[in-house]
Amino acid sequence: MEWETVIGLEIHVQLKTQSKIFSGAAVDFGQEPNTNACAVDLALPGTLPVLNKAVIEMAVQFGLALNAEIGYRSVFERKNYFYPDLPKGYQTTQLDEPIVGQAKVKIELEDGSEKTIRLHHAHLEEDAGKSLHEDFAGKSGIDLNRAGTALIEIVSEPDMRSAEEAVAFLKKIHSIVTYLGISDGEMSQGSMRCDANVSVRPLGQEEYGTRAEIKNINSFRFVERAIGVEVERQIDLITDGGTVVQETRLYDSDKNETRPMRSKEVANDYRYFPCPDLLPVELEESYVQSLKESLPELPDAKKKRFCSDYGLSSYDAGLLTQERPVADYFEEVATECKDAKLAANWINGELSAQLNKEDLEISNSPLVAKTLGQLITRVVDGTISGKQAKQLFETLWTEGGEVNQTIEAEGLKQVSDSGAIEELVNQVIAENPQQVENFRSAPEEKQKKMFGFFVGQVMKLSQGQANPAEVNKILKVKL
Amino acid sequence: MFNKSIREILDDLAKGEYSSREITKSLLERIKALDPDLNSFITLTEENALASAEAADKARSGGEIGSLCGVPIAHKDIFCTQGVRTSCGSKMLDNFISPYDAHLVQSMAKAGVVSLGKTNMDEFAMGSSNETSFYGPVKNPWDTERVPGGSSGGSAAAVAARLVPGATATDTGGSIRQPASLCGVTGLKPTYGRVSRYGMIAFASSLDQAGPIARTAEDCALLLEAMAGFDSNDSTCIDRDVPQYSASLDNDISGLRIGLPKQYFNGDTNSEVGKLVDQALTALEQAGAKLIEVDLPHVELAIPTYYVVAPAECSTNLSRFDGVRYGHRCENPADLEDLYSRSRGEGFGDEVKRRILVGTYVLSAGFYDAYYRQAQKIRRLIQQDFVSAFDQVDLIASPSALSTAFKMGEKSGDPVEMYQEDLYTIPANLAGLPAMSVPCGLMNNLPVGMQFVGRHFEEGLMLNTAHQYQKRTNWHELSPEKFGGQG
Repeated sequence: MEWETVIGLEIHVQLKTQSKIFSGAAVDFGQEPNTNACAVDLALPGTLPVLNKAVIEMAVQFGLALNAEIGYRSVFERKNYFYPDLPKGYQTTQLDEPIVGQAKVKIELEDGSEKTIRLHHAHLEEDAGKSLHEDFAGKSGIDLNRAGTALIEIVSEPDMRSAEEAVAFLKKIHSIVTYLGISDGEMSQGSMRCDANVSVRPLGQEEYGTRAEIKNINSFRFVERAIGVEVERQIDLITDGGTVVQETRLYDSDKNETRPMRSKEVANDYRYFPCPDLLPVELEESYVQSLKESLPELPDAKKKRFCSDYGLSSYDAGLLTQERPVADYFEEVATECKDAKLAANWINGELSAQLNKEDLEISNSPLVAKTLGQLITRVVDGTISGKQAKQLFETLWTEGGEVNQTIEAEGLKQVSDSGAIEELVNQVIAENPQQVENFRSAPEEKQKKMFGFFVGQVMKLSQGQANPAEVNKILKVKL
Repeated sequence: MFNKSIREILDDLAKGEYSSREITKSLLERIKALDPDLNSFITLTEENALASAEAADKARSGGEIGSLCGVPIAHKDIFCTQGVRTSCGSKMLDNFISPYDAHLVQSMAKAGVVSLGKTNMDEFAMGSSNETSFYGPVKNPWDTERVPGGSSGGSAAAVAARLVPGATATDTGGSIRQPASLCGVTGLKPTYGRVSRYGMIAFASSLDQAGPIARTAEDCALLLEAMAGFDSNDSTCIDRDVPQYSASLDNDISGLRIGLPKQYFNGDTNSEVGKLVDQALTALEQAGAKLIEVDLPHVELAIPTYYVVAPAECSTNLSRFDGVRYGHRCENPADLEDLYSRSRGEGFGDEVKRRILVGTYVLSAGFYDAYYRQAQKIRRLIQQDFVSAFDQVDLIASPSALSTAFKMGEKSGDPVEMYQEDLYTIPANLAGLPAMSVPCGLMNNLPVGMQFVGRHFEEGLMLNTAHQYQKRTNWHELSPEKFGGQG
């Protein structure tokens, strides 16, 4: 039987605010436990929440960036449950009236095809603290530094049909929040977390299968792998006559498997109701409009501009615009070397491979954009050959340094002096009389093929330093 | 000295008749001597009180001083006071020393008050008789076998017994006005949002409001001036100038239109209480007010509405008392579930548990629409009733309570009967309106109160009317014989 996978994502994105969503405590990671938790975060008796306006601004920007419906009136509700790292005994969140409503999000897949994923809504909420179960000899420790950190939860419709689509959607969201600067989007540090609702059904069947929710997946790669193994598990289960249970599962990246999370004994009734301590958030049209006008250029628009202004292919432009720092890097390189296509090739090729290999972000690249731009300039003006450029790139990557000085120091300059090249050509012609003879007597279409031999010999003689264009020119005359 | 009003104390202190330290010391002595019979205080903060009295005296001798500099008062134990136990009348918080001051406590300290201690109250402000306190019931100084009302029974009893000239209190469904009525003192619940709720331990967030209890309307005006005002820490607090209420007390009230809801004046009210309220209204008529019948068609649904909304909010407001970070924690919890259930089971009293259960029920899946949503709809209808009534009148009058103080134990076995105590007071909370209770007579030597309800933010007009009434009557001057009054 052929199976179809159905995936919906819930993405929690931590908003990059100075202070928490309902208190003045600082949002600052890596601090001593409970040092960034004030009376409100501790839920001391009598304390009250006050909404951080920056959070509203960020959420509206997000909604506008997706061209989503904006919740001109949104309401915070209490989601009630007991847990030691949830100090108030409820989480303040949004339910019926979220700040961002429906949207259509376009994703592009590797084969170049496009697909639209519907956004159900996105809402604001507070994060919980952390329970620490180690180091306390049978007891648990509570760290409330994270309690009250602002999150926007982005909920998709179950519109994705493969792990690849899910990753593409997640990357799209990642790209938008980082472009807007409303989150650092670091999945490994938990500032972006993804829950995937996964089910399978026989291809052609209309009803959805029973879904399992895989919680807290913390990298793009793991999202792909977690969905992959979960789909396999569900298909195997059904094929063997079993049924999928609706449950929450955890992805174990070491074992590459999902397994059920310890389920709470009782089904939770969260008893949502509007938080009486907070007023409904009412947005003015003019406020939303002014945010709309101040939105930065977003990935899709930037991609379009890269195609039209720089003459890049849609594929190259897509790669370059996925992350804003890469796009910014590209523009700096292109401005420096004035050859956008070469710049794109270098960034998507050599640079990207090297960054991947060393697991570096472009912002930490040993080669800053200006240096790469200068390197490409030397290729364009013929000072160095493409091969030399790669050598130069490696030297600069590992040892650092300035482009022109390194060219000098490594003796990488290519020889373009026509006199010197002519001497080499003469030498090659003299040393290979038989080949010259054959070449001269061959018909024109064959000559083309044979010409490469002479170029190769001259280059070899020059130890790679001769300018190939110049070699070609002189060889043609001499032969 | 103990029989002075706040206004008189301020005048005396200004004239140097006595110092703040002297009156503070004398009241502390009086409390120590008489309060064992009343139990109106949970905590007496003698050292702090003397220190701040001395500071007030020093301040008075040189330069600018706050409006209530050196005036002794007491805070209801629902307000967080830094370094002082803040119990909310509960075992749950018996060990809780607040690390911060409530906004109200701060503003009043800025005005220069000297706090003598924390007054007793129904546990978490849930009760109408002060019998639910973990610290034992408060007794009514007019008859110590009777209740003082609740939940601000400690504040009302302390003022009635002349232990303090004024006290802070809170009112969610009548917790200022009903005890004021039963103890023969004046109490005011301001407009919702007039006084910050920050640092006031929440019972039902959308209804809770802090206000003063004192002997006179004038003193309430002075206290409210110090309490009211914007606080950015409370999102429901309204940014609006605080009028000088004490400056408009002598305004002429002729032409004032007082509404009498036909639902309350249909001859069914306890006849004695009704008669006394009628007499009070006649006095106001003589001062120039006009009495007009008004209709509040949905007001009869106020109690059931309240007993859905208030428990719903309290059920989640009290979730933070989980034994994890502060407050009561059970011994040797076996696991997390045990920690929660025993800490809360031991820490909360029956009435609190009852309301948490009711509130949890009405918010549960499948019941929310039938109870909570429905109650919110009725609440809006009640609010609308008042809007319409205030098109025709400036104030609405009624009795404050069904009757006079009842005997301890008389109603504590029947919660539904106890809930009826707030019949007249709850509508103002549901509508967020300011309301006050003013003594208007004695019935079998027990006080009776009259209630005014005003438009949003018209505390000034209410205080003005009450003051004019008090200028013409002396009910507010009576105090229980046992506590040095003329009865």
